[in-house]
Amino acid sequence: MTDTSALDKPESQAAAIWRQFRQHKGAVFGLCVLGFLIVFTLIGPLFWQAPELTTTQQILNKNKPPSWAHPMGTDQIGRDILERMMQAGRVSLAVGFAAMLIAIFVGTFIGVLAGYFKRLGGPLMRFTDMFLALPLIPLLLVMVMLFRDKIAGVVGPEMGAFILIVFAIGVTSWMHAARIVRGEVLALKEREYVLAARSIGTPPRRVILRHILPNVISPVMVAATLGIAEAIITESVLSFLGLGFPPDFPTWGRLLFDGLQYMQLYPERVTWPGLAISLTVLSVNYIGDGLRDALDPKARGR
Amino acid sequence: MRDSLSMPLVQVEDLKMHFPIYTGVFRRHTGNVKAVDGVSFTIQAGETLGLVGESGCGKSTVGRAILRLYEPTAGRVVIGGDDIATLDAETLRKKRPAMQMVFQDPQASLNPRMTLSAIISEPMVEHTAMTAEERQARVFELMDAVGLNRRFANRYPHEFSGGQRQRIGIARALALNPKFIVCDEPIAALDVSIQAQVVNLLEDLQDKFGLTYLFISHDLSMVRHIADRVAVMYLGRIAELSPRDALYDRPLHPYAEALLSAVNEPDPNRARRERIILKGDVPSPANPPKGCAFCTRCPKVMEICRVTRPELAEVQPGRFVACHLYTPAAGSTGATEVPEHYQQGETT
Repeated sequence: MTDTSALDKPESQAAAIWRQFRQHKGAVFGLCVLGFLIVFTLIGPLFWQAPELTTTQQILNKNKPPSWAHPMGTDQIGRDILERMMQAGRVSLAVGFAAMLIAIFVGTFIGVLAGYFKRLGGPLMRFTDMFLALPLIPLLLVMVMLFRDKIAGVVGPEMGAFILIVFAIGVTSWMHAARIVRGEVLALKEREYVLAARSIGTPPRRVILRHILPNVISPVMVAATLGIAEAIITESVLSFLGLGFPPDFPTWGRLLFDGLQYMQLYPERVTWPGLAISLTVLSVNYIGDGLRDALDPKARGR
Repeated sequence: MRDSLSMPLVQVEDLKMHFPIYTGVFRRHTGNVKAVDGVSFTIQAGETLGLVGESGCGKSTVGRAILRLYEPTAGRVVIGGDDIATLDAETLRKKRPAMQMVFQDPQASLNPRMTLSAIISEPMVEHTAMTAEERQARVFELMDAVGLNRRFANRYPHEFSGGQRQRIGIARALALNPKFIVCDEPIAALDVSIQAQVVNLLEDLQDKFGLTYLFISHDLSMVRHIADRVAVMYLGRIAELSPRDALYDRPLHPYAEALLSAVNEPDPNRARRERIILKGDVPSPANPPKGCAFCTRCPKVMEICRVTRPELAEVQPGRFVACHLYTPAAGSTGATEVPEHYQQGETT
């Protein structure tokens, strides 16, 4: 009993989570696919560059089928689709993750406040309902119209568009996360271990950080993975309406809409960006699933 | 002992806990659930006060209001010289280490995402400036004290049995060397074989650390085993507060009598009181009877019981009863049968 050296050496939290994560085949597969997509978009352009062409050559080069010179063919003005896919992926993935992070952060923050503090609950949830009732696309359009030039003046047109889009998508998609989190917090705060923490004298902010947040992680994770997909698609909608990135600046959504007009003649133009978006969403979903299981000590034991 | 008699460790005076009821579209305040309606008692240092009563009579609410997990509607709760009911948040927080709680459901009272060692060291993180090593050493010490193998320190609550989980809860309550522990039905969720272990553990710890318990339970035989004095609650009020042996030998309040007659006696040869079966249901605490709370079901009800609320009064040395049968002023007008307690009640 007194022999402390006989203790199991505790496995560190991170190691235990990683060990459980690897058990989840779908999650590992998702991680591989997402890793491939990230490598493809970040490092791909270093290895693959389309040959520089003059304008005349480029016009002659339009709508080519896949070949060794252009593995995915060329588009209607002779640009190499593989190269555009890589560049587009960077932006789309960045927008998706950044917007999701903003949405989850705001959503969780408001949800926890509304759920834990009775007095804030009413006003905050009405505020959430108000945001839910706003028509999203017109709101986004107004925001972009009003602020695009101002932000572009400070950080440049492309970075400006990026910040604006991420911000706009973030602040218009946190409501579902907030509602889910609030519901969960309302249930959790009546649990006896929260009461126990209060009887110990733990102040509310640490009760929230230590006892509430770790236990709302599963629904948040699900909301987050779905949020990425939604953000990528919303970005493409904005770009399609001409209010997102400049037209010559490729994103997966943009490529998809560009390809739409030629879908009957060249179906691969929509297939590739569509596939990339779907793969991202799917892999992120599986990763979220695996993470959720890995973070739950109950599931981890099995 | 004399010294502590003059100044009890815990002193509860006229504690009231009313939960508001809101009804209608506009959530108007239309009434109160009087879960605890004027409860007074004292607990001496080193003593165990048992608090018994049927479900919904307000036992747990008393326990939680004493530790100010609920904001009491009225009354004073003096623990170690400070009125807990009116302290401001920061002073109350500093005071928390002296009073702790063991909860009913050991599964629900442990955070499923924390390891045993993290759970037990939480009070130390909050209230002391110990380093991680010192905390770990103290956790091992506490695990030894409650009989948990040290190798369990990095496991999670779901990996333990109910009895072991309750030991974790007890270790957490002990972490800061409290003087006073509220045990809120600590054995209700456990197997009978484990109940005895946990109760014995609580007794051993009391001897070792000089603890004072408020032991809330509906298990009358367990209360008989552990408590020094017992308070019987009915509908938010104390019906009788007596030393254990006196109460179990001869309860004075008709409700205490009925309640204790329900205790099973394992020895069939032992002479038994006749089982008193009460008729009807407990009245709603939102709308209690005007006079004595028990007047709707009392077999010895009198006229005065329906009109005047009896106060808790000392009828024999150390025995407090709230019943008109024992108040000198009460006439025998409504009593249909002469109760055996008459001799104490009627002095005039």
